[in-house]
Amino acid sequence: MTILDVARKNGVRIPTLCHESALEPYGACRICVVEVEGARAPVASCCVPAAQGMAVRTETPRIQRARRAIIELLLSDHPEDCLSCEKAGACSLQEYAYEFGARKSRYPSAEKHNYAALDDNPFYVRDYNKCILCGRCVRTCAEVQGDCVIDFAHRGYDTAVSTPINRGLIESQCVLCGNCVQSCPVGALTEKKSIRMGRSWEMEKVRTTCPYCGVGCQQWLHVKDGKIVKVTGVKNAEPNRGRLCVKGRFGYDFIYSEERLKTPLIREGDAFREATWDEALDLTADKIKEIIKKHGPDAVAGVSCARSINEDSYNMQKLFRSVFKTNNIDHCARV
Amino acid sequence: MAGLATSFGSGAMTNSFNEFSSAKLFLIIGSNMTEAHPVAATLVKNAVVNRGARMILIDPRAHRLAEFADIHCRLNVGSDIALLNGIMHVLIAENLYDKDYVENFTENFEALKAKAAEYPPERASAISGVSADTIRAAARMLASANAAMVIYTLGITEHVCGTHNVMSVANLQMLLGNVGLKGGGVNPLRGQNNVQGACDMGALPNVFPGYQRVEDAAVRAKFEKAWDVKELPGKEGLKSPAMLELAKSGNVKALWIFGENLANSEPDISHVERCLESCEFLVCQDIFPTETTRFADVIFPAAAWSENEGTFTSSERRVNMTRAASKAPGAAMPNWWIFKQIAKRFGQEWKPDSAQEIWDNEVSALAPALAGIKYHRLTNDGIQWPCPSIDHPGTGFLHKDGKFTRGKGLFTPVDWVPPAEIPDEEYPFVLSTGRRLTHYHTRTQTGRCQGFDDVLGEESADISPEDAERLGVSGGEKVRVCSRRGSVEVKAKVTKEVPPGLVWMAFHFREGCANWLTNAAFDSITQTAEYKACAVSVEKI
Repeated sequence: MTILDVARKNGVRIPTLCHESALEPYGACRICVVEVEGARAPVASCCVPAAQGMAVRTETPRIQRARRAIIELLLSDHPEDCLSCEKAGACSLQEYAYEFGARKSRYPSAEKHNYAALDDNPFYVRDYNKCILCGRCVRTCAEVQGDCVIDFAHRGYDTAVSTPINRGLIESQCVLCGNCVQSCPVGALTEKKSIRMGRSWEMEKVRTTCPYCGVGCQQWLHVKDGKIVKVTGVKNAEPNRGRLCVKGRFGYDFIYSEERLKTPLIREGDAFREATWDEALDLTADKIKEIIKKHGPDAVAGVSCARSINEDSYNMQKLFRSVFKTNNIDHCARV
Repeated sequence: MAGLATSFGSGAMTNSFNEFSSAKLFLIIGSNMTEAHPVAATLVKNAVVNRGARMILIDPRAHRLAEFADIHCRLNVGSDIALLNGIMHVLIAENLYDKDYVENFTENFEALKAKAAEYPPERASAISGVSADTIRAAARMLASANAAMVIYTLGITEHVCGTHNVMSVANLQMLLGNVGLKGGGVNPLRGQNNVQGACDMGALPNVFPGYQRVEDAAVRAKFEKAWDVKELPGKEGLKSPAMLELAKSGNVKALWIFGENLANSEPDISHVERCLESCEFLVCQDIFPTETTRFADVIFPAAAWSENEGTFTSSERRVNMTRAASKAPGAAMPNWWIFKQIAKRFGQEWKPDSAQEIWDNEVSALAPALAGIKYHRLTNDGIQWPCPSIDHPGTGFLHKDGKFTRGKGLFTPVDWVPPAEIPDEEYPFVLSTGRRLTHYHTRTQTGRCQGFDDVLGEESADISPEDAERLGVSGGEKVRVCSRRGSVEVKAKVTKEVPPGLVWMAFHFREGCANWLTNAAFDSITQTAEYKACAVSVEKI
C-alpha cells in the first residue's frame, strides 16, 4: 500500500490529478506530495509505499505552497475558458485552483500552447490546450482498455498526447470506447453529444444496465430534464469497473429518434393507420380468439425479445401458456 | 445451452467476469470478443498483458485477440469437434488429464476415451487444418495450467453441430478437471443484454420460468395454481425457425413478434420474408418500424430501455436493475403492460401492475434459483443466480467441488460432421458471418444513434489478400457475393484477418446483409441456424 492508499483508507484527504485507482501509480503531477519525517524533500504519496512507523504530514504550509505552485504552473498554460468549458464543476484543476487559491496571473508571460481542437471522430473532441499531461488517458488506453493507441509524442514543452504518427483516431486502432474521456480530469476530452446539454451540477445520475451485449455493464445515465445527455461507466461496479465500449457509452440516443413508434398501428391495405390502444388490443384479442377457436391454440406462436426486461418476457410466456394455452413461445437464444 | 444442460445440468456461464482478471489460461473458441463483447475482452487482455496469463485462441480469423494469443489454432470453419477431439486424444494418450476429477465427478469417460482414440492429432489436423504439432502444444499447455477458462460465443454454436460443439468443449473441460473452480469453467458469452434473462423467464418452448419442464405434470400443477388457471399445455412448443416455416405452410395462423427483426436477422432473408408474408395475422411489438413490421397486421408501440424499470440478466447470471430516466414517446407503453391487457380481454385479471410486482410476487416466487432475489436487494451490483433464499449472497461459479447440477458431469462423445453446405466448383468460398464493433444487430438502435453510421456506413465482404489478388480486387472495390439463396453487392475489405478461401460478413445493414446468403440449415437439437458456414462465390463487378 502506498501512503495515498493508507491515507484514503483512513479518511485523510490528499489531492490527486494523475492518480486513478484503476491504474498503476504514476507520480507525474506531484500534487499529492506529502512530508515524510526524515525525508529530505516532499514525496509523491501515490508512489511511495507506506511503512511501519512512518510519520507523514499531509497539510503543512510547505506542502500547500508546493501544491499551489503546481496548480499555478498548470494554469499558466491553460485557457481561461472555465465559463464555457464543458468540464466546469467536475474539473479537478478548477477544484484545486479554488482550494489552493491559485491564480493564473502568477506567471503572466508564460508561453502558451495554441493547438487546434481535434475533431476527428463522431464521439469526442480532443482539445490539448486544456491537457495537463497527467497521462490518465494514455494509461487507461494501455492498462485498462489494453489497446495502447495513444501515447506522449515529442519532448519537453512540446510534449502532447498523440495517435501513431498523429494521423487521427479513425486511422488508428482506436475503438472509440471513450474510456480515456471518462478518465480525463480536465476538459481536454469531451463527449460531443453532451456539449452544451447541461452543467455537471444540473445532472441527475441514474444507475442502470447497458442495453447492448450480454456482459451487463453498469452505467450512470446523466439525466437533465428527463433526457439522457451523457453515459459513463460505474467505477468499482461489477463486471465493468467503470469501463464501457463505444456502444455502451455513445449509443443511447436511439430512444430519442423521431422514428420511434408512438401510437398503435393497424394495417389497412398496403398501409398502416393510427389506432387507439383499445382498438388495437381488441382487434388482436378478437383475431387470436377466432384463430384458437378455429384452429386450436397451437396455431398461435410468439417470439419474445432478448433485449427487453425479464418481466416483459415473463408476461409474454405467461400470456401464451396460461391464456392462449400453447407452449409456442421462443426467442433468439441459441448459445 | 442444450449442450451445457446435457453435460452439466444447467446452461449458462459457469463462472464470472471478475474471474477473468485472475485466470491463468484462456481457451477462447469462436468468440470475437473485442468486437462483440468489448468490455469483457478488456478483462482478458488485462490478464494477458498485465498479469501474464496465457491464451489459446481457436478461430479461423486472426481477429484482434490473436495478437494476444500464445497459440492460435486457425482452424477450418466448422472443424471444431475434430480439433477438440484431437486435443483430448493427446491429453488421454499422454496421460495429461485429471484422473481424480474424471473418476470422482464424471461419468461415461470410457466412451469419451474411445471416441478421442479415433482422432489422433494427424487426423484432427487433416480435418481442421491446424498442424498436429500445434494440437499437441495446445493440449500440453492446457494440461500445464492449474485451471483453464473456456470462453465461447456463437462461433461454435451457429453450426448444424452447434450443440455437439458445446458438448465437446464441456468434455474437454471435465477431462481437465476445470469445471467447478474459480478461473475455470465453460463460459458462453451472450450476444444480447437479456438473452440469459429471456431463457430464465421461460421464453422457450420447453420450460416454464426457472427451467421447469412443461412435460412435468407436477410443474404444470404448480403453475396452474400460481396463475389460477386450468390445463396448462404439456406438449413442448415450436422453436422459432419452425414457427416461421409453419406460418408459411399455414399451420401457424397468428404470429406475435416482440422486439425482433427476423426479416434481417434470420438466415435466408427471401425465405423468411415469404414466411412472414404468408402469416394470416402478424402482431409486431417494437420501438421502431423495422423490415419485419412491414408485414404486420397490428403494431404495438413499446417503451424502450431507460423508459421503464425492470431487470436484465447478464451472461454471468447476474440479475441487474435497469432504471427509468426518460418518458416513453407518445402512447408507447411498457411491454409487460401490453401482454397484461390482452390477458384481460381473455378474461384473466393479472394482479402485478409493475415490473417490481411481477418479479417479486411471481418470477422469484416461482423460479427456485431466483427465490432469494427481490427488488429491494438489487442495489449496486445485482445478484447472480442461483440464489435460493433471501439471505443467500448469490453464486459466482457453478458446480463447485465437482458437484454438478445434474449430479455427475456427463461426457458426451461426439463426432465431427462437416457444415451442411460446403464449397464446390460453383460456390468455391466459405462464407462465415458475425458482428462488427460499431453496430449492433440490424442497426435498429445503433443506426439511429448519431455517429455510428459515420464510423461504419455499409457492409463489406472481408477477403484475404491472396484471394483479392486472385480475383483482381482491391480494397474498396465492389464485389458480388452469391450463394444458392441470393446475392449481394458490397465493397471488398482486404484483410489478413481472413484466411484464403473464407469470406466474412456481418448482418448489420439491410443492403449487403449476409443473411441474403446464409443457409437456413439448423442444429437438430436447438434449431440454431448455421450462420457460420455456407458456400458462396465472389466476383469482381
